[in-house]
Amino acid sequence: MTRNTKKLSGFVLIAGLIGALSLAFLRSGRDHDQRLAGAGASFPYPVYAKWMHEYHHLYNVRINYQSIGSGGGIAQIKAHTVDFGASDAPLTKEDLDAAGLIQFPMIMGGVVLAFHLDGVPSGKLRLSRRNLAAIFLGRIRKWNDPALQADNPGLNLPDTDITVVHRADGSGTTWIFTNYLSQISKDWKTRVGAGKAVQWPRGIGGKGNEGVSAYIQRVPGSIGYVEFAYAVQNKLPTASLQNRAQVYVTPSIEAFQAAAANADWAHTPGFAMVLTDQPGRGTWPITGASFILLQRQQTDCRKAKAMLRFFKWAFEHGGDTARKLDYVPVPAEVVALVEQQWKRRLRCAGRPIWK
Amino acid sequence: MEPRSSHLEGDKIFRWMTAAAAAGIVLLLAGIFLVLVANSRLSLSRFGLDILWGTEWNPVTGHYGALSSIYGTILSTLVAMLIAVPLSFLSAFFLVEVAPTTIAGPVGAAIELLAAVPSIIYGMWGLFVFVPIMATDVQPLLGRALGLLPLFTGPPLGIGILTAGIILAVMILPFMTAVIRDVLEMTPRTMKEAAFGMGATTWEVTRDVALRHGRVGIVGGLFLGLGRALGETMAVTFVIGNSHKISASLMSPGNTIASTLANEFAEASSPLYLSTLTELALILFGITFLVNAASQLLLARARSTMEGRR
Repeated sequence: MTRNTKKLSGFVLIAGLIGALSLAFLRSGRDHDQRLAGAGASFPYPVYAKWMHEYHHLYNVRINYQSIGSGGGIAQIKAHTVDFGASDAPLTKEDLDAAGLIQFPMIMGGVVLAFHLDGVPSGKLRLSRRNLAAIFLGRIRKWNDPALQADNPGLNLPDTDITVVHRADGSGTTWIFTNYLSQISKDWKTRVGAGKAVQWPRGIGGKGNEGVSAYIQRVPGSIGYVEFAYAVQNKLPTASLQNRAQVYVTPSIEAFQAAAANADWAHTPGFAMVLTDQPGRGTWPITGASFILLQRQQTDCRKAKAMLRFFKWAFEHGGDTARKLDYVPVPAEVVALVEQQWKRRLRCAGRPIWK
Repeated sequence: MEPRSSHLEGDKIFRWMTAAAAAGIVLLLAGIFLVLVANSRLSLSRFGLDILWGTEWNPVTGHYGALSSIYGTILSTLVAMLIAVPLSFLSAFFLVEVAPTTIAGPVGAAIELLAAVPSIIYGMWGLFVFVPIMATDVQPLLGRALGLLPLFTGPPLGIGILTAGIILAVMILPFMTAVIRDVLEMTPRTMKEAAFGMGATTWEVTRDVALRHGRVGIVGGLFLGLGRALGETMAVTFVIGNSHKISASLMSPGNTIASTLANEFAEASSPLYLSTLTELALILFGITFLVNAASQLLLARARSTMEGRR
């Protein structure tokens, strides 16, 4: 580099710095509205990020959401380091009361079973409640097991080993799925139980939805659980599941919404609702909600109001964005209940924030 | 010329600065150790030493044993070293003794470039490119040829400890090759020329002169690679299969301490779970410390025998 170009690049650098600084100043000057920070679950991150982006354009409110995982989100809201936390698994009422938090469902999604069987198209493979649990417990180890063949009279299932694929990282998806297995199988409940990470009786672990789906695409004869949005976007074949009403359903936004509509939200303290194994003929059995956590006693009243206005906007106007990303919006009846809770429980300087 | 006293002044400042930097490293290390111990108190008091040979890993009931992670860590590192050590020696010999400078330059640069590839890239490449090759070609072949050994049994999934070990080998190879090459190049020309003059072949000169002269540095380079293999996280997490099970087969999924931490730390919400994961980190710290202590011991012995010979 010659001396001159060196000098030139130095000038460019300084000019750039000055430009960036003045831009930052201008922005903060215009930004008489708020900056909000949230952290938590990674499952709803794509839709939250899109909402926040749209909202910023409309109202110039900057919201920074870090998808560090539900555990991190819960820890950060408890430590008051973020304005809101997000968790895939609901906290119990006792937990909420102990930490002075409220929680409400923000978005929903489904967990589906993706498989790799050559010649078996999506939706054609049917798994009964009993067989699903048996596969993950390791009781059924071959695809042509008579029990599986009985569920699928029209299919010619191969004599291949079943490779179970599960999440290796702790995740809300695992929590929802194992919660469901615990509901449909006593054996699963006593031997394994439900959790964000469990002691899997068998199988291989992939990191994240992408890890699980990469293994499923790689290994013939494999089956694993992933989020619906992920299965759709990666075109993974999914199995039909037998729901509580003994009907085989294929995963769809409507089937997830049926689960939410049939659930008894009003009588569930803290909205600690788990949408697995809900009643209804069209209900997808493994549906889950992702939750927002807020401090009951807010310290910055303007900020608190700005935050609630964003959530309200997302409930009212975020549905299409959510559906486009294969998430399920929270039903209107539930939103009404959530707003009631805001009015009743949230306080700033002793006064209600949401009127 | 400046007065002498300011020279001394400069020396003093220089000495303080270096001492402060060195002390900073020691303090940092001690700090990490203390924090790890403090945060794993709960797990230490609950499980004691049993965690070292416990095989259960059940976050639901809160029973934790670290043996599968320790086993996977050591086994994958062993595989990596078995592959990478001979390869790095051979490539270093080639670069120093065999290749003409027009080739040695570019090849040496390429090897050093390998060291600059981020580990996540190795992980993705491993999962999407290398795992399929392992699943369709390498593992079935190993199963057919060596399936009688328990080491190579099980379905060819492509992932597992063997795959992780091979990826690790690729990752540590450039470090070790670069160090060995630099050490070999430092062999005094006169010594080598003397040996050639006595009729020694290239191989004999490399073995008896260059290697012997540089073995202290070479051992250091090997342990640098070993340390990296022990602690590597992302690349291993992608291809090892992440199962808390101990299996004799290299083709079955396993895990390492680092991969367990990467997978489970973010969502570990119960205090005991977090504490146990911290203790895993402490165990890894301990293993790395032991390995480094062993390397220092080896180096000290190599040095003393060399001086004894002189």
